[in-house]
Amino acid sequence: MIAKLFKFKGGVKPDSHKDVSAAAPIRVAPLPSHLIIPLRQSARAMARCLVQPGQTVLKGEMIAAAEGPLCTAVHAPTSGTVRAIAPQPVPHPSGLPAPSIIIDPDGLERWIERRPFDYRCVPAQETRNYLRDCGVVGLGGAGFPSHVKLGPGEKGIETLILNGAECEPWITCDDRLMRERADGILAGASIMRHIAGARRILVGIEDNKPQAIASMRAAVQRLGEADIEVVAVPTRYPAGGEKQLIRVLTGIEIPFGKLGTHFGVQCFNVGSAHAVFRAIAHGEPLISRVLTLSGNMAHPGNFEALIGTPIRELLPLAEPRTDTDRYLMGGPMMGVALLSLDTPVIKGTNCILAGSPALFPPPPPEMPCIRCGECAKVCPAELQPFELYWFSRARIFGKAQEYSLFDCIECGCCSYVCPSRIPLVDYFRFAKGEIWAREKEKAAADIARERYELRLAREEREKAEKAAKLAA
Amino acid sequence: MIEALLVMALGAVLLGAALGYAAVRFRVEGDPLVEKIDAILPQTQCGQCGFPGCKPYATAIAKGEAEINQCPPGGEEGIHKLADLLGREFKPLSAEHGIEKPKSVAIIDEQACIGCTLCIQACPVDAIVGAAKQMHTVVAAQCTGCELCVAPCPVDCIRMEAIQETVDTWKWKYPVIKLRQAA
Repeated sequence: MIAKLFKFKGGVKPDSHKDVSAAAPIRVAPLPSHLIIPLRQSARAMARCLVQPGQTVLKGEMIAAAEGPLCTAVHAPTSGTVRAIAPQPVPHPSGLPAPSIIIDPDGLERWIERRPFDYRCVPAQETRNYLRDCGVVGLGGAGFPSHVKLGPGEKGIETLILNGAECEPWITCDDRLMRERADGILAGASIMRHIAGARRILVGIEDNKPQAIASMRAAVQRLGEADIEVVAVPTRYPAGGEKQLIRVLTGIEIPFGKLGTHFGVQCFNVGSAHAVFRAIAHGEPLISRVLTLSGNMAHPGNFEALIGTPIRELLPLAEPRTDTDRYLMGGPMMGVALLSLDTPVIKGTNCILAGSPALFPPPPPEMPCIRCGECAKVCPAELQPFELYWFSRARIFGKAQEYSLFDCIECGCCSYVCPSRIPLVDYFRFAKGEIWAREKEKAAADIARERYELRLAREEREKAEKAAKLAA
Repeated sequence: MIEALLVMALGAVLLGAALGYAAVRFRVEGDPLVEKIDAILPQTQCGQCGFPGCKPYATAIAKGEAEINQCPPGGEEGIHKLADLLGREFKPLSAEHGIEKPKSVAIIDEQACIGCTLCIQACPVDAIVGAAKQMHTVVAAQCTGCELCVAPCPVDCIRMEAIQETVDTWKWKYPVIKLRQAA
């Protein structure tokens, strides 16, 4: 039993707007006319394509294999024919195209042979490889490969935390998943506990979701395993941030440059646990996910859509109102504008939010910073956003790094409270991008310098050898 | 009087010995200023500055023999950094040494390549592979975009292509929007 909950500093309480989409059960989205599956589904790495245009694929067939340690496999979400392998716009803030596989469904939904995976009889490493080949990544949004997070780490994992906080306004996909598929989530968590060798499981759910909490508690009773606890955490954005939830549940504060595993804690989204359950117990790779369609829509709700479904074909299900002028991927706090509706649903797509001038008015003009310090009060990472703002704006990146820019989780609390309506997070994203680009350039320059010096040394040596030969 | 002189002389000898030892023991290899300048230069090794490479240019700057505005690949930002390091005034890029271009990569038309190895000899960072009478190709990840391989090619089969932005290299833009002046 958890004796007491801890608190994280800062945070805000925006209107939740969750009731508009949370009432209706999850509906299965119909088969789209075509599917666009980007080869890059996990955080940093691109999978290696295994199919050719014209090839027939089965539902759940691996169409791209994992390459490198941070990569996961990609699967055909339905049976059909590969139309092309070509760059397609992907849901990314840049709106740039990325290599994707386009599949025309045949409507038959012919599955591959599905077989449960006996994780109890094989070493944990084999189960992790199996999860990698099932394409299981974190479904909370960042898409980090789950098999990597289940690795042993330095000290091993003592506590497994399931993140059902879902603190972003409007989004209710995890809420509905916990209400409807609690048994699957817990079965997945139990499997993950076995793989990671953890002792206890804590499920953190914000207390504005009483039905989800009740459903998960009932499922814990049914499962009858020891050391699983469902904890209601106070509703305060960003309670669902990984570091914030770990802090609230265990009191551990993770310092810069360290991960949860350094302290024996690892955190997974409830959706990821469900995906692990489907992969292990049913042999189904990750080919669909639940996402919320909400905002300026006539029938908001949650839908189970195949990965690769074009967002344009998904929207009519929730009937966006006629005055909708833009769409966001993700919630209003952290989401990014969707530049094209032809982009597909990817594994990290948790919400499509329709905006209208009335519902999400365009941001008012930015005014000068008055150094009121409100942003520092609400920052959950305990940074000083106004200082970071000055340095980022003036492009003094070294100073920004000294002020721990990279501890910023881009939650948007500072922008939310700023009385001068400065888009602070935009500045921090800009500064981070510039710093990364410079580091990459520096690394490339160092390699070039080394190669140039090696070449000079070689030329020198060759000249000396020639001279020696002539002299002989 | 004599004692005072002796004490001072002894002190001088001791301190001199200590300094002499330190000069040998903590000797700095190479010129640290050259290293610092070289770290700022982009290592394109293109020779546009008039020196055979980035290191020689850095040496010339350190000696005061070259201006700080002769490196087109480093651009304005590089000149600013050099000005800060050396305490000199910022100067705009000198036009006679070239203009700032987007970073590009050399591409060999492999059908047209006759395998003469001239480009291989020209490449300052050994980023072109191939052998006599065999097709050559550029290792794009190691190409610095110096353009030194373009001129020697007898069949003009090498072209420079600007590197396009991809999802991996895309950066968030600077959020300050400049005010436009109404016409």
